[in-house]
Amino acid sequence: MNRKSYLLLMSPGLVLLLFFLVAPIIKILTTTVITPQGLSLSNYTKFFRDSYYMAIFVRTLKIAIVTTLFCALLGIPTAYFISLCGAQKKKILLSVSVFPLLTNSVIRSFAWINILGKNGVVNSLLLQLHLIKSPLNLLYTDFSITMGLIYLFLPLMIISLVGVMDNIDPSFMEAAESMGANRVRAFMKVIFPLSLSGIIVGSVLVFTGSLTAYTTPQLLGGNKHLVMSTFIYQKAMTIGDWTGASVIATVMIITTIIVIKLLNMLATKLDRREKDGN
Amino acid sequence: MATRKNTPLTIIAIIVFAFLILPLVIITITAFGGENTIVFPIKSFSLKWFANVFNSETFVTSFLLSLKLALLATVLALLVGIPAAYALARHWEKGNTFLKSFFLSPTLVPGIVLGFALFQFLIIILQIPLFIGLLLGHFLTVLPYIIRIVGASMEQVDISIEEVAWSLGCTKPKAFFKVVLPNISSGITSAFMLAFINSFNNIPVSMFLTGPGVSTLPTTLMNYIEYYYDPTVSAVSVILMLATIAIMYLVEKTLGIGALLG
Repeated sequence: MNRKSYLLLMSPGLVLLLFFLVAPIIKILTTTVITPQGLSLSNYTKFFRDSYYMAIFVRTLKIAIVTTLFCALLGIPTAYFISLCGAQKKKILLSVSVFPLLTNSVIRSFAWINILGKNGVVNSLLLQLHLIKSPLNLLYTDFSITMGLIYLFLPLMIISLVGVMDNIDPSFMEAAESMGANRVRAFMKVIFPLSLSGIIVGSVLVFTGSLTAYTTPQLLGGNKHLVMSTFIYQKAMTIGDWTGASVIATVMIITTIIVIKLLNMLATKLDRREKDGN
Repeated sequence: MATRKNTPLTIIAIIVFAFLILPLVIITITAFGGENTIVFPIKSFSLKWFANVFNSETFVTSFLLSLKLALLATVLALLVGIPAAYALARHWEKGNTFLKSFFLSPTLVPGIVLGFALFQFLIIILQIPLFIGLLLGHFLTVLPYIIRIVGASMEQVDISIEEVAWSLGCTKPKAFFKVVLPNISSGITSAFMLAFINSFNNIPVSMFLTGPGVSTLPTTLMNYIEYYYDPTVSAVSVILMLATIAIMYLVEKTLGIGALLG
């Protein structure tokens, strides 16, 4: 293929991306650095000095970290369990894991409104058992957002891991066990290191996903427990502060890129260590 | 091998699968409740919420709009993405890696940010109709799926079979349609499914790009939940879940469930 047809085949995509992705984002960036006083980063220093903004920024990061940890904690054993199943059972369990991913996130968050709400499943159960006297405030908290996000992203972690664990030769475990390692130790020393690449891929997906999720924090966090993405919407649509919204948007893009770069660097480092035979 | 599945591991797996399934079961049950608000367990049985969905002009209109939007965005992304993926797979040149990451770059932009950027740029500044903005937003969201999945299946096609076609007198475009395209058809189907489902389900990109007369089903549901707490949304959920099960069944019968793992 010559250079001309190479570029010709790509040009429609390149043009659309330049006009409708790059240009709009550059427009956002420029609004944030062009101030009445000329070119300045004052909008950003204002953002990082404001305690209200910082509380939202930190909440977003905290929720994303906790979600990623729980998804890994629950996803690793589940994926390992699936990888040990026979072909037929594996197919069923994989379908059950994929199904939520293909189901609308409004539906999946709405389910948790039904579970955690004032008249929800958890509260009515606890009231009936006389464990509590009045309904607990479970909904519209950081807890409910985190719960909803774990529910949203756990299947993604499981699926990222099953692919990797399937490729691990089961005789490795047998070897470790025959050498006297107990099951847990053998798992930690054999399966865990060999699945690290999958764990990192899954963590990148879950972390960036929860960092930027909109639907779940909107439905389960309400207007008081804002995260970055719901904050942008409120800033732009309710308050009408477009520059403020653009600053949040830029901070979100940069945070996402930094996280992906850091985790990929970690992955390469671990990969190299593995190859060195340590 | 089954011996390795010890009890604690099995218990964790059972809890996790119960955690994944139970919320959806609860929604399904509440959709059939006769009460005017959501209660679980339901006290009487009724199909009125399903009737409510089909009689609601808002839900039906927004469902049709979502269908049209997902279809158009996916077809546009295939028309733009397949040639690009082909060029990326067949041409090894400096800059190829950069161009590939450029085509995948929409994934780096959070959906809500993309929607906001498009709203400001297209709707406010360029005064483009809302639906076109929405379509472009969804197109950008699904393009990386096409590039990734079609690109992966393109790399499986041996370049020599294409060269044979050329040497037998096929023109390059003809060789592409007669030799390459049939070989990547399952990749295209899989990309189509994932792109369609993701566009149909998307909310963050649509939030800024919907307005009077232009509303997708998910944004309509979001707005509905803010004002009402009745089983109508549960009924919509059941209908959508049934559609998802039907799609999964079809995919499993034709391509295998792996096609939806993306």
